[in-house]
Amino acid sequence: MSSKRPNQLFRNLNAKIASVPMILTAMVVFFGGTIWTIVYSFTNSKLLPREKWVGFDQYERLWNTNRWLISIENLLIYGILSMVFSLVIGFVLAALLDQKIRFENTFRSIMLYPYALSFIVTGLVWQWLLNPDLGIPKVVRALGWESFDFDPLYNADIVIYGILIAGLWQGTGLIMCLMLAGMRGIDEDIWKASRVDGIPAWKTYIFIVIPMMRPVFITTLVIIASGLVRVYDLVVAQTGGGPGIASEVPAKYVYDMMFLGQNLGQGFAASTMMLITVAIILIPWAYLEFGGKRRG
Amino acid sequence: MKSIRMIFAATTALFAASAVHATDLEVTHWWTSGGEAAAVAELAKAFDATGNKWVDGAIAGGGSTARPIMISRITGGDPMAATQFNHGLQAQELVEAGLMRDLTGVAEKENWKDVVAAPSLLESCTLDGKIYCVPVNIHSWQWLWLSNKAFEDVGVAVPTNWEEFVAAAPKLREAGKVPLALGGQAWQRRGLFDVLLISLGGKELYNKIYQDKDAEAARSEDTAKIFKAAADAREMSEGSNVQDWNQATNMVITDKAGGQVMGDWAQGEFQVAGEVAGEDYTCLPGLGDNALLTTNGDAFYFPVLNDEEKSAAQEELASVMFDAKTQVAFNLKKGSLPIRKDVDLNAANDCMKKGLAILEKGDVIASADQLVTPDTATQIEGMFTEFFSDMSITPEDAQERFAELIENAD
Amino acid sequence: MVDPTGITLHGEVGAGADGGPRGPRPRRRFSRRNIFIYGTLIVVSVYYLLPLYVMIVTSLKGMPEIRLGNIFAPPMEITFQPWVKAWAQACTGLNCDGLSRGFMNSVIITVPSVIISIVIASVNGYALANWRFKGADVFFTILIFGAFIPYQVMLYPMVIILREMGIYGTLGGLVLVHTVFGMPILTLLFRNYFTSIPEELFKAARVDGAGFWTIYFKIMLPMSLPIFVVAMIIQITGIWNDFLFGVVYTRPDTYPMTVQLNNIVNSVQGVKEYNVNMAATLLTGLVPLVIYFISGKLFVRGIAAGAVKG
Repeated sequence: MSSKRPNQLFRNLNAKIASVPMILTAMVVFFGGTIWTIVYSFTNSKLLPREKWVGFDQYERLWNTNRWLISIENLLIYGILSMVFSLVIGFVLAALLDQKIRFENTFRSIMLYPYALSFIVTGLVWQWLLNPDLGIPKVVRALGWESFDFDPLYNADIVIYGILIAGLWQGTGLIMCLMLAGMRGIDEDIWKASRVDGIPAWKTYIFIVIPMMRPVFITTLVIIASGLVRVYDLVVAQTGGGPGIASEVPAKYVYDMMFLGQNLGQGFAASTMMLITVAIILIPWAYLEFGGKRRG
Repeated sequence: MKSIRMIFAATTALFAASAVHATDLEVTHWWTSGGEAAAVAELAKAFDATGNKWVDGAIAGGGSTARPIMISRITGGDPMAATQFNHGLQAQELVEAGLMRDLTGVAEKENWKDVVAAPSLLESCTLDGKIYCVPVNIHSWQWLWLSNKAFEDVGVAVPTNWEEFVAAAPKLREAGKVPLALGGQAWQRRGLFDVLLISLGGKELYNKIYQDKDAEAARSEDTAKIFKAAADAREMSEGSNVQDWNQATNMVITDKAGGQVMGDWAQGEFQVAGEVAGEDYTCLPGLGDNALLTTNGDAFYFPVLNDEEKSAAQEELASVMFDAKTQVAFNLKKGSLPIRKDVDLNAANDCMKKGLAILEKGDVIASADQLVTPDTATQIEGMFTEFFSDMSITPEDAQERFAELIENAD
Repeated sequence: MVDPTGITLHGEVGAGADGGPRGPRPRRRFSRRNIFIYGTLIVVSVYYLLPLYVMIVTSLKGMPEIRLGNIFAPPMEITFQPWVKAWAQACTGLNCDGLSRGFMNSVIITVPSVIISIVIASVNGYALANWRFKGADVFFTILIFGAFIPYQVMLYPMVIILREMGIYGTLGGLVLVHTVFGMPILTLLFRNYFTSIPEELFKAARVDGAGFWTIYFKIMLPMSLPIFVVAMIIQITGIWNDFLFGVVYTRPDTYPMTVQLNNIVNSVQGVKEYNVNMAATLLTGLVPLVIYFISGKLFVRGIAAGAVKG
């Protein structure tokens, strides 16, 4: 395309210079930090990193720790439910807002505003709303439903759902916005055509609109998933991992091991497991995303 | 590595631009409850009186929130001038890495060794014969705080020991009160067990388990009794939906709960609420069974700074903290006992006097934090958090898991 | 309160008549449909608004009223005392000047962090979208990988990196941290946005001999207001709400508002003062909230552009 043809290294030189911050971040912080973490997970570092190699000891202990297993289970439950509910709720709300309704802006703002609040604030508010002595449970009982004892934050079996309620409250608005944006990008003619053919609206959504919104779903998934690993803040603010250890999550295990237990090695081993999981999910995605359609 | 750290310690923060005077010292701590804040104000007042300035860096949420921040700042090369830290093994590595100031000079000049009331606490500040921290008080965990009014309400005499308390529990329950207030944080739950272990099991059993890491002792019949008692406590604490220790204390103050097992720092809360020992509340050291106290305590460490003026001010602060007058003022507010034995505590109330008497008799033992590593402590805490909130864990199972942790402790 | 059951019942009927404007007589169908749509939206709105309502109402009540009353009841006696206390009097340790101390600090931290992180990410996204060079995708993949790493895991490596660079504890260090951790999502958004700009425009400029920076400043930038708004909103919210880095990389005089908030909420002196806590929470959230409500429309448009094209 361009008139000059400089050699390979200097091709797009400006672009390469402009990408230096990204390359540094990717290589030094994310890649370097990851490698560093993995290396030190094979040591018995306590408060400060040190090179005393212990092989797989830290991993053995990790997988023999009840708290870690519960953390994983919680993240799995929370992760799957939050993905499903975020996508479904986000999509349905977006579809409703897409019906050329009045007050669209108002409704959208109402659904989106919680996203402006931090997880810390979200956790506090819902901790309070779900408090059995003060919040919703008390009100329901006061209304006459005496036996109502939905107290997710103090019941180990359902505490993770209490956190889910708060997490969805905070995050679904953004997902809804993304979906809505995706729907707006779809050609009006497709709707006309499906109306002419007499296809019901819900069928059009499922079989035509959703497949066309693939890129939106990918962005959405990235955002939901990256939010998942941050669920730490929410748990800390809402339950502190309790009751007991019923709502522990992996990131909290890492943090507590590193800074409370002063056992960096153990914390790093747990981080490594988390990082590996992310890589397992991400590498096939990157392959599909970039491997297939590499064009000049 | 060390020298690099020193160099970076010197890089002044952009933020610090406002701190023009070299004698401004930033002190971080996690004392934010009513009684604690009043106590820390005494320290600040005393330090400000020397012409320096105490810059308060309180971080709420307890040691578990504050400690990571402190550790990252110290290892990151941007240390505060002084920081609260628990005694024991927590700070040892930071000392070994040369990040903490050696206070031996001050300590020798002022004869700390001769006047200290709990030598074991100064001992925990010492590494290779050098002193690295200032112990500021003596705390003991083994107290049962009872609300006189709560027992009056249900027509039972205020218990004088743990057994009577357990016996009175059903009456309290019937009256809609929570017999035993217990906060949700992990350290409170492990603390409760340790208190039961010392007060009901005695010194020997305690030392065998925590000092000698004797797993056999942990599996013994005697320990099984302690776990039974812990199960009683678990039942009695059902329904105390609070997180912080002082919220639990507040349940006792407001007579919603019968009692709480908590360290003597709870005293500060009763004081702030205007309650009088003996009239409004009763305190039973050693749960009324075995008047034995552990000597925990708070201590301040002074990270190495590259600024000479600040370093000099650090030593001044260390000296102020240990000073007899500061000690009295501080400890009266905090509810703890002074670290010096040469101070006059006429102003002390009933409970503190009881504590002093036990201390004088020498019925004291090292606290668990001085005996086990933070790693083991965290694991034990995790186990007890689970135990105290999950009714389905039998005392037997819990005991076995506890014994395993003791076995593997390093 | 609205009776939700009644509305959903109507809604189901509406949904059964598979909504699309298919047959004749659209009017009646429309009204049924509308009941379903508006009904659902109102019920959902209640769920979203409830916490905000409770926070506001509680922050205007006195403590006795909170202890006795129903959290949903409007205040019997409105008091602004909790707000005053949260802003100017609440204590942590020795400092009894509430949130006011943290406000300016938060501004000082947020403004440069937002600007620098966005500038860098936008140029990156532009390079990735229009000037792909060999290996760019590999770096990009690693960068996206970074979006999934919890901050807590990277805290220690980050402390070491900053220490070795000699900027630990400086404003520069804090800005760098926010730039690094904001980069994955921002770069993704910018890259997607710039890809969606018609390639012909870019090619024409190239033919005219415009270089990397000329195209960026003369063509791309003027067309990108919506995505910049999105990036700003995401960054302002994220940085304003950050607690972990804020507390680790600052000193007491420069603690941001969130640290103050944590301190107020977690410093229990006697009883928990829910009204003060709620007021403090609202005050802290006010800046991002205002930005959201002001820029609502642009936000959606920007999101649309940044997310649609993969």
